[in-house]
Amino acid sequence: MNAKKESKKPPKDNLVHFSIDGRRVQAQPDWTILETARAHRLHIPTLCFHPAIHPWGSCRLCVVETRLNDKVEVTASCLTKPVAGLEVLTHSSRVMNVRRWVLEMLLAECPASREIKELAAQYGVTSTRFAILDPEEECLKCGRCVAVCHEVVGVQALTFGSRGVAKKLETPYRVPNNACIGCGCCVSVCPTGALQARLDTVRGDLSRRTGHGFAH
Amino acid sequence: MKKIKNTAGLQTLRQTLLEAQDPEMPVVRVCLGPGCLALGAEKVARAFKSAVRNKKIKARVQPLIKGTGCHGFCSQGTLVSLSPANLFYVRVKPEDVAEIVATSLEQGRTVERLLYSDNGARYRSAAEIPFYRAQQKIILKNVGIIDPLDINDALMAGGYQSLAKVLTEMSPEEVLKTVEVSGLRGRGGGGFPTGYKWRRAADNARENPGPVYVIANGEEGDPGAFMDRSIMEGDPHKVIEGMIIGAYALGANQGYLFVRHEYPLAIHHFSIALRQARNRGLLGKNILGSGFDFDLQINRGAGAYVCGEETAIIASLEGRAGEPRTRPPYPAQEGLWGRPTVINNVETWANVPHIMEKGADWYTGLGVPHSTGTKIFSLVGKVKNTGLVEVPMGISLGALVEGIGGGVPGQTHFKAVQTGGPSGGIIPYELKEIFTDYHYHPEEFIAAKKEISVDFDSMAQTGSIMGGGGMIVMDDHDCVVDVARYFLRFLEEESCGKCLPCRLGLKGMLEFLNRFARGQGSPEDIDALESLGQALVDGSLCGLGRAAPNPVLTSIRFFRDEYLAHIVDHKCPAGVCRDLISYQIDPETCNGCGLCAQECPEACITGKKKKLFTIGQEACIRCGVCQDVCPVQAVQVA
Ligand SMILES: Cc1cc2nc3c(=O)[nH]c(=O)nc-3n(C[C@H](O)[C@H](O)[C@H](O)COP(=O)(O)O)c2cc1C
Ligand code: SF4
Ligand code: FES
Ligand code: FES
Repeated sequence: MNAKKESKKPPKDNLVHFSIDGRRVQAQPDWTILETARAHRLHIPTLCFHPAIHPWGSCRLCVVETRLNDKVEVTASCLTKPVAGLEVLTHSSRVMNVRRWVLEMLLAECPASREIKELAAQYGVTSTRFAILDPEEECLKCGRCVAVCHEVVGVQALTFGSRGVAKKLETPYRVPNNACIGCGCCVSVCPTGALQARLDTVRGDLSRRTGHGFAH
Repeated sequence: MKKIKNTAGLQTLRQTLLEAQDPEMPVVRVCLGPGCLALGAEKVARAFKSAVRNKKIKARVQPLIKGTGCHGFCSQGTLVSLSPANLFYVRVKPEDVAEIVATSLEQGRTVERLLYSDNGARYRSAAEIPFYRAQQKIILKNVGIIDPLDINDALMAGGYQSLAKVLTEMSPEEVLKTVEVSGLRGRGGGGFPTGYKWRRAADNARENPGPVYVIANGEEGDPGAFMDRSIMEGDPHKVIEGMIIGAYALGANQGYLFVRHEYPLAIHHFSIALRQARNRGLLGKNILGSGFDFDLQINRGAGAYVCGEETAIIASLEGRAGEPRTRPPYPAQEGLWGRPTVINNVETWANVPHIMEKGADWYTGLGVPHSTGTKIFSLVGKVKNTGLVEVPMGISLGALVEGIGGGVPGQTHFKAVQTGGPSGGIIPYELKEIFTDYHYHPEEFIAAKKEISVDFDSMAQTGSIMGGGGMIVMDDHDCVVDVARYFLRFLEEESCGKCLPCRLGLKGMLEFLNRFARGQGSPEDIDALESLGQALVDGSLCGLGRAAPNPVLTSIRFFRDEYLAHIVDHKCPAGVCRDLISYQIDPETCNGCGLCAQECPEACITGKKKKLFTIGQEACIRCGVCQDVCPVQAVQVA
């Protein structure tokens, strides 16, 4: 339970003081490392994170190295809250190793996505050693759409089916879902546009598309 | 069954039960543990029972037949022990029962041929056998002795005495303190200090009043491991008692036994134990008249490996999919239903009553500093005595494998051990030499000692883990690439797929190993595999992905030569990887019987009877059937 230990005497301002890449930064008590970095205009790449939903932690692109005393860890910045005195490194060799491998995996996971190709190229990753299963695939199973549907829209029209490598974005029980109100939130949060093509497999009754079937 | 009203009542009941025991009453104990059951123990037990029921026995008192949990020496099953004669019979078959009844029970003599013998020595009782002599059974003391379905048996063996002591003599704070001082660390794999975990949960509950929960993790997903299973099946009351004590310390009123679905016997024994404990007033409202309420409920795990992870267990209990979530917050902060929750492994809980009974000082006297107490291992693989063993922490690996395990049959020493289950590592026998050969080893470890000490920290220093206690012994005929591949395949299937590094990374690592096993790849690929493994260690969300590369990383670290042999020389030194071996018939030894040609499924062996036979390498699929059937061992792996 190496959880956060707030320093004994919190500074008067109630902020958490720590550093990112050597720069002193301050976080509101409930901020994550990522939120703090963004507030200070420091860049950490992300894919599954979206401010409208709870962080899900699936893509692992946002990992950073944290140091406190002699404890060194690599952890997802979108989920981890900073503690006073923490040293955060966003480009250490361990971080870059994770990031490059993740991007290489993404090139195989969603080879059709232009966004992913561009992102990977920024980190010098232009080819992949992983097997490409479906050259047309764009979905990286980041979970944004599932979360936005549940947390923001308030229905559960989307879910993940199967597990492991077979994991797939699906509607519950793999049938078009009447819970879907056709709002398109999922499409708007999708980082690669994969949902655009799938929306029709999600929506249920045709009547719902025209709108008059909403009220039960 | 009468409710016990208070601790005095418990003592009176125990006294009455003990006095009612006839010391001359013959008791036959038949091991009904997993190993013996597989060897037909149930038939043996039934044969004893029918022999008694049919009143064929002319002894003065009718013997009692007890089915027990695993006695440990599984390779010698079915085990049968007789008291008060103190006889220990091994490899008992149903056919032997009549003779045991006639000779030992009726005439009081020994059936010599059923005694365990080794190197010319015969052993009458279990305690004399080297396999048992070097062990220190504390948690397993009752397992294999008591009848797990009878609470009276547990009570006579001292069950619930610690609970009585705790409820009358100790405050919750004192219990907490004792666990902290004992240095007990979690037996579920991580070795996390239990006292610290409890303290955190208690503190959180105080700051934020409301319910607290305790959970026993009985998922035991490691293939081949049966430590927890044996405790749950053989002495369920010990786990229950430990949990009540923990609940008392933490102020919890509800607990859960999370047991994997594949352990129906453990679930059955638990449910009977819970009912009996409730009837006796040891569970439920106002336990032993103390005013403390606590109850337990059994939940079945669906059996996925990752469902043994604590946050996945909590998700399952809450009715969600068994996927891990990120920690922190840890369960001690926000666990079940968002409330502070202590989740401990079954073996960890079973330690608690012993610590309360004999004190923290006694406990720290066992084992080594930082790893106190004993640990149960399931010793399997290329070792003479396979089974369940309990030893003090810090025993040397050699003493465990060669002393208790009796070493590798026919070889001077073992090649390596795989510890800690699928997320553990592969550690070579000659660790010290190998450590000095390479450049990246922890200096202090080299200086420490030649023998690897089996404790949490030393294991971690090798890059492996203690894990739940699985220990697979490997000899020269085991290929490290193949073993690493086996575990990776297991984990790839078990990955929940939530996070990318684990979902795709394990598959990618497996692809590397598959190529190596075919003799393909380059030395640079080994480096790439290492860096990919490191990316999983650093990048994965939960412990599964973070520990999954361990078998690969440790085997590369210690056996890089063996990897290179596959890739550069296209050879599998252990003769395992099919694409890299060939079967040859030694012309000197072959007697021309032709059996191999008959059995070969590909019909690629040709020759004339009474003359030499040869294998057509083109068509050979290297199934090894010829080697198995050859009566003169003429078929060799090249
Ligand atoms: C993938 C994975 C599988 C696990 N499986 C088990 C298990 O089968 N049994 C167990 O007791 N702990 C298992 N654990 C560890 C638990 O998460 C948890 O740490 C443990 O139950 C805590 O108990 P302890 O402190 O008594 O060891 C597993 C962890 C991970 C990451
Ligand atoms: S590491 Fe593997 S098992 Fe754990 S959350 Fe990620 S995908 Fe699931
Ligand atoms: S952005 Fe943090 S894990 Fe995806
Ligand atoms: S099952 Fe009988 S000794 Fe292990």
